[in-house]
Amino acid sequence: MTEANNGALLRVENLVKHFPITQGIIIQKQVGAVHAVDGISFDVHQGETLGLVGESGCGKSTTGRTVLQLFRPTSGSVHFDGVDLVNLKGEDLRKMRRKMQMIFQDPYASLNPRMTVGEIIGEPLTVHKVASQREINDRVASLLELVGLSAAFSTRYPHEFSGGQRQRIGVARALALQPSFIVCDEPISALDVSIQAQVVNLLEDLQKQFNLTYLFIAHDISMVRHISNRIAVMYLGVIVELADRDELYLKPLHPYTQALLSAVPIPDPIADAKRARIILTGDVPSPVNPPSGCRFRTRCPIAQDVCSQSRPEFRELRPGHFVACFFAERFL
Amino acid sequence: MPDFILDVQGLETTFKTPDGVVHAVNGVSFGLKEGETLGIVGESGCGKSVTMLSLLRLIPSPPGKIANGKALFLGRDLLSMTNEEMRHIRGAQISMIFQDPMTSLNPVLTIGLQLQEPLMLHLGMTREQAQGRAAELLGMVGIPKAKDRLGDFPHQFSGGMRQRVMIAMALSCSPQIVIADEPTTALDVTIQAQIMELVRRLRDELGMAIIWITHDLGVVAGLAQRVLVMYGGYIIEEAPVKELFANPQHPYTLGLLGSLPRVDERGHQRLVSIDGLPPVLYEKPNYCPFAPRCKYAVERCWKENPPLMAVGPEHRVACWEDVRTGKAR
Repeated sequence: MTEANNGALLRVENLVKHFPITQGIIIQKQVGAVHAVDGISFDVHQGETLGLVGESGCGKSTTGRTVLQLFRPTSGSVHFDGVDLVNLKGEDLRKMRRKMQMIFQDPYASLNPRMTVGEIIGEPLTVHKVASQREINDRVASLLELVGLSAAFSTRYPHEFSGGQRQRIGVARALALQPSFIVCDEPISALDVSIQAQVVNLLEDLQKQFNLTYLFIAHDISMVRHISNRIAVMYLGVIVELADRDELYLKPLHPYTQALLSAVPIPDPIADAKRARIILTGDVPSPVNPPSGCRFRTRCPIAQDVCSQSRPEFRELRPGHFVACFFAERFL
Repeated sequence: MPDFILDVQGLETTFKTPDGVVHAVNGVSFGLKEGETLGIVGESGCGKSVTMLSLLRLIPSPPGKIANGKALFLGRDLLSMTNEEMRHIRGAQISMIFQDPMTSLNPVLTIGLQLQEPLMLHLGMTREQAQGRAAELLGMVGIPKAKDRLGDFPHQFSGGMRQRVMIAMALSCSPQIVIADEPTTALDVTIQAQIMELVRRLRDELGMAIIWITHDLGVVAGLAQRVLVMYGGYIIEEAPVKELFANPQHPYTLGLLGSLPRVDERGHQRLVSIDGLPPVLYEKPNYCPFAPRCKYAVERCWKENPPLMAVGPEHRVACWEDVRTGKAR
């Protein structure tokens, strides 16, 4: 990640987000912290999709929100289009937010049930005062058609729609301000399989049409592999591996990535029976008190003493392929 | 059919709602062989869970009602038994593992007590015997220091560990059939892999029959021997697992397989999506329930609901058309 800003729309460096744990009712004192994100760095290039994959509690959603400054980072920097977002406040930050939008996981909780679909999609335009009411109406109609819904739906309320249709409304809202960058936070995990494919195809079409850049967060590595150009694998607040989608699948260098790939069921009984399975023991440790040294060492099949003493450096082992493991060379 | 330990015939379940009567299960028939793992696949609302809950008579009634059908377990009809007889079957001979281990364990009782209850109730063990057996069971499902953990409450276990406790509980009385309703859906993939490995091992050791309900075709591919695909309260395709994946026949099954990205995908293929939404049936349709979403639908699909038709050994499909040749069946 040392290359100059060539093509990097978003550059995240040593991002840390800790949530304090406090005790006491009136006089609160901090007794610990949830180490949700603990020093991660990555670039997202113009027009690409970077997939961020990991199990629940690994900090992938926190990363997405911290990048957009919905959570303010504990330390580290986020540069978007060359502007440092961490030090921006007030109107300056609001102006930047026009270019960065988010699609949320739960299409039931992320739409206000008391607003019509037209109001929901038009709200970003009203808030940022970029259009008159008449222009807003026209824009809402064209956005609805863009995401495959009828323009006549703008007077209806969210409860009249199915999960897949609601997620399309969420996509239309994210597109309203013509952003260049969208964080997709598990946009399909609440949907049925046949509906997931509809939404993923829509996201891919929109990306082509508007040259959008996505940070696609999900726990389903097969879906992430399908939609992403590059993939970052997170475990307990750190990125353990980052590589091109095919490289990551064909030549995973981190033992966690290998276990994750082997754990994904393949819908083909013959291919599935042929695979070697790596079954990890134990559970993900608590981010309140993460293991010393390498975060993965408590479940790692190849862990040694050195893994508990210091944190493995996130290093580029092959061109564009980064890994944080002392022993990654043996998988080359 | 004497070789089936469970033989379900023409099961129909309806629910009364303010909007009308919803036909959740519409004449489902299938058999389960001894020691077999049967996968049931379908999207939410297709009737897969309701079918199983109906068999165990766990449908809340009202609003639910088992309108029709038989479920012969070792020759006796589960649906016409008295509640007392049913209680001796549930948990003892047919047990169930639920989707969410947090809401299906009692949060104010220790794991030990919850494991001992079925042992004392069904097998007539004393508390001491039950305690010993409970520790054995926890050990069997891979919980370390099992004996010391009997006094722990559910919240002291992680999600994967809770699901192991649920499995131990389901297996405690050595049932002939275990019904698993999406037991790994709430878990992370690496934990799901642990649980599936555990189920494979226990199945080989204990030899019980398993009905595994899931929406994930990948899970079915790795676990089941035979698969039923459900849609709109009907079984629309039934086949041995290798046959189903090598030679899927129903347009819905084809659509489901096409809409799944594969982790071993080569190059980038656009996903095949199924347009439209799964139906809610307020009356039993006299057309194919999949016709509104089907790319291949012909006139006959709107006039008659296709029955399951044999297309190969043990392979049956409910579709009027052979979609690969375009010819009528």
